[in-house]
Amino acid sequence: MRQVFARAIGGVAMIGLIAGAAACNSDSSSSSDTASGSNCGYKLAYFGALTGSSANLGVNIEQGFELAIEQYNKTKGSDCITVAKFDSQGAAEVAPGVARSLVADKKIIGIVGPPFSGESEAADPIFEAAGIPTVTPSATRVSLAANGWKTFHRAVANDDAQGPAAAAYIKDNLKATKVFVADDQSAYGQGLADVVKSTLGPLVVSSDKTEGDGKQTDFSALVQKVQTSGATALFYGGYYTNAGIIRKQLTAAGWKGTLLGGDGMKDPGLSKASGITAAVGTVVTCPCSPPEAAGGTFVTDYKAKWNVAAGTYSDVAFDAANMLLQGIDAGNNTAEKLNTYLSTVNYKGIANTYKFTDKGELDPTLIKVWAFKFDQSGDAIKDVEIKTS
Amino acid sequence: MDFSGLIHDFGPLTITGLTQGAIIALFALGYTLVYGVLRLINFAHSEVFLMGTYACLFVWGLFGLDQNSAAPSAGKMIGFLVLGLVAAIIASGATALVVELVAYRPLRRRNAPPLAFLITAIGASLAISEATGVTTHRNQAGVPPIIQAKTVIEFGNVRISNLQILIIVLALVMMFVLDRFINGSRLGRGIRAVAQNPDSAALMGVNKSRVISLVFVLGGLMAGVAAVMYDLKIGVTRYDAGFLLGIDAFTAAVLGGIGNLRGALLGGLLLGVLQSYAAGLFGSQWLHAAAFVLLVLILLFRPTGLLGESLGRARA
Repeated sequence: MRQVFARAIGGVAMIGLIAGAAACNSDSSSSSDTASGSNCGYKLAYFGALTGSSANLGVNIEQGFELAIEQYNKTKGSDCITVAKFDSQGAAEVAPGVARSLVADKKIIGIVGPPFSGESEAADPIFEAAGIPTVTPSATRVSLAANGWKTFHRAVANDDAQGPAAAAYIKDNLKATKVFVADDQSAYGQGLADVVKSTLGPLVVSSDKTEGDGKQTDFSALVQKVQTSGATALFYGGYYTNAGIIRKQLTAAGWKGTLLGGDGMKDPGLSKASGITAAVGTVVTCPCSPPEAAGGTFVTDYKAKWNVAAGTYSDVAFDAANMLLQGIDAGNNTAEKLNTYLSTVNYKGIANTYKFTDKGELDPTLIKVWAFKFDQSGDAIKDVEIKTS
Repeated sequence: MDFSGLIHDFGPLTITGLTQGAIIALFALGYTLVYGVLRLINFAHSEVFLMGTYACLFVWGLFGLDQNSAAPSAGKMIGFLVLGLVAAIIASGATALVVELVAYRPLRRRNAPPLAFLITAIGASLAISEATGVTTHRNQAGVPPIIQAKTVIEFGNVRISNLQILIIVLALVMMFVLDRFINGSRLGRGIRAVAQNPDSAALMGVNKSRVISLVFVLGGLMAGVAAVMYDLKIGVTRYDAGFLLGIDAFTAAVLGGIGNLRGALLGGLLLGVLQSYAAGLFGSQWLHAAAFVLLVLILLFRPTGLLGESLGRARA
């Protein structure tokens, strides 16, 4: 029997390998006809989750990115720039393989993504080695900018801005005196929760950690601890998938406090899992402006193309793509030139103005953090802008 | 380590652990039954469970219930619960039967080696789970609030809700009925006979194929009940729900002694409670690690599990 077990485990490992490899490549660009005009015939890539447990956040970004390129091509009157999509599944263990297939395509000279911090840590070194500039519209872990990557650009504020803002909201707006802090042990969730914890200091009565998305569904021990602690606010560093289940189980257990989180929880997927009644009042912070505040015709264009409202970071992804397109249009038609262009760019987009420090961070004067609150629509609606300084 | 937290929350953690354990135990029966008779780990059993979690959602959906609905009245609640259970039992039982007919029976006819069974089991499991993942876009599906949780028993800081009582009682009742069925009925005797010695049983006129199908269906029924309980407790399901809990259930079956029905119950409850304590003592992130360390320790001293492998042993 022991032998059979050994075989079984070997079998599982094999299947895992095959499934992993099969999931790796999904470059779905189709039009490869040579485009006319100068500075044409190049590709811009989206790299990030299109499937997987937190795919909604990635899809929002990809759709904003694709819309920008479509509009650009329309003004050029040709298929000047081609869209390439690479599905990392949002998973750090899948990302490197997908990233290698991306850098193998020499026509790709710029990347929007990766959206998540964990996959960024895994994939960005590969992009750095290949010299392809990346603009992430949503990976907020602080340490990403500390690796000395020349190709790394972050179009939003990092967790050092978001964490203290969330803490300020808990203190000033919610006026909570007992706060429970939990995280999902992801690069993003843990980083954010740690900043919140250290900013709130003695207000934090207890803390816990959960497994990541898709690895835990029974949170009864966490729920029990939250109830015992007497906390009236729970800050969860993690994504909407787990947060929705946690909110539901908290409500079922009779806990009436407020659940708070970062931008990773800002998605209607949260209320789809928890039910709207339980989700109402949940607060998420986001280093982004409300999508409806975006300038121009973005909101209506997005809705017309995708038949859904623009989501979190759709507007930033749209800006990031346009920023790269503007660079290409100005003659920066290699990855290297495009990267140099980004280091000096001062681009006014629909969501914000973008200027990068030498580490690739958004210029500190341009940072915005907003609080959003889930309401009866099942989505997070703008609440207040949080003062970050 | 949070000893004071564990001691303070000992009561509540025990209750939540028992509730989770009851679900795991019902789920584990499928592994144990099939193993007891066929000496085969039916890895596809996790998807038998998965189909149950979706089937009751589907039936409730027909009545216009979704995660945003208001909780139904008491009478309707029982009606919905029964309907959900029936739907889940049918779906899970049917899935188990189909898996047996499609993935295992043809192999058995050709006297395939055990490894072939394991691969088809894993294949069937992945195929069903991934197909579900693709059709549901890997999104989670929220469960309607069929049962509004209410505290019905309270002493000290221990609050037991109606749902927790329902889950634990239902699991015990199902276990009891199954135990009686296997040990007391004619069909049950057939199962035990095939488990002990398939060839002798066949010579005595037991229809082996039918017994095997019956065993798969029985495991499916139990998984169906577990699936409804899971939906109500966890509040969401998604394509990999079966895989996650399946590991726990399989562990529970081995812990109690695979092939042993009462062992599955004991293993399930023990695993649930231990995970709960581990989460209380070390933090929720240690929930699985602690449980598996304990599994290894127990197997070191009791290699056949707590109660031993007994379905096949002579006890008739």
